[in-house]
Amino acid sequence: MTVEIPYGVQERPDTGLWNAKLGMWLFLASEVMLFGGLFASYATLRTYAPDWPKGSDFQNIPLGTFNTAVLITSSITMVMGWASLVMGQFGKFRLYMGLTLLLGVLFLGIKATEYRGKFEHYGVTLADGTVVTGHVESQDASRVVLLPDAKGGAAHEPMTLARSQIKRMIVFGPWYNTYLALYFTLTGLHALHLLAGVLVNLYLWGPGSRMWQREPERFTHRVECAGLFWHFVDLVWIFLFPILYLL
Amino acid sequence: MSIKAVHLLFITLATLLALGFGVWCVQFQPAGNRALYVGLGAVSFAAAAGLVAYGVWFIRKLKREGML
Repeated sequence: MTVEIPYGVQERPDTGLWNAKLGMWLFLASEVMLFGGLFASYATLRTYAPDWPKGSDFQNIPLGTFNTAVLITSSITMVMGWASLVMGQFGKFRLYMGLTLLLGVLFLGIKATEYRGKFEHYGVTLADGTVVTGHVESQDASRVVLLPDAKGGAAHEPMTLARSQIKRMIVFGPWYNTYLALYFTLTGLHALHLLAGVLVNLYLWGPGSRMWQREPERFTHRVECAGLFWHFVDLVWIFLFPILYLL
Repeated sequence: MSIKAVHLLFITLATLLALGFGVWCVQFQPAGNRALYVGLGAVSFAAAAGLVAYGVWFIRKLKREGML
């Protein structure tokens, strides 16, 4: 005896939703609360901070902008993949979903590059209280060679600092200041969500796509759910980029 | 809410971001590299126009294919 679960494919008349879409929206509501709490923390910490650094002092704006464009493009390819299935064009779906995957991986790769840059960047407080920030080119027991950040487009020559001159030297990790703590928390959580989206999309592009042969409508619904999640993750970035990079 | 509506909302917000970023590049860019940021601003305004054109094309496509 088989029991068919109702509204797996057809819309429920009272809600206008099929089961998976209702589940996805409930999940996204919980995600809104998760990110909403973090955005509220950002607003509170920033409002009450005595001073707050400019995002552009810590971030590579052109690289961040390119990554934003990558993510916006991936939303377009994602929805095109879903639309291809609605029109019965499975080959086009594979193409668009493949592009979405590549763009997602590219975003994560660029994000990893940005993270690596932070962990090669130092804030050095000298004995006289001066703070110099920059990349460490080399260091040994007695000295540190620092390539300071260019200010106002000025040329920047490597600085050789004796260890005795250095009072404190901290890498640009989450412990450096509140801004970077929020940056790593928010972008790290966002990157984990994007990674989850890439894995789901990879399944739908690969082995999961066999469902198209048996139950095309249900498979299309699955892709729509994945697309809703992908759009949510991209939407979070639309807010993260200005608050962390520009303001 | 279907993926179509969410996508249109997303494109609207992305367009606003592109416009806002363009203004930021022209008005509030970091010191130095002015030419780079003015160029980025121009690209951003062009991207905003492109996103509006894409949004219109997307709505027309949905209507044409009977998905709206």
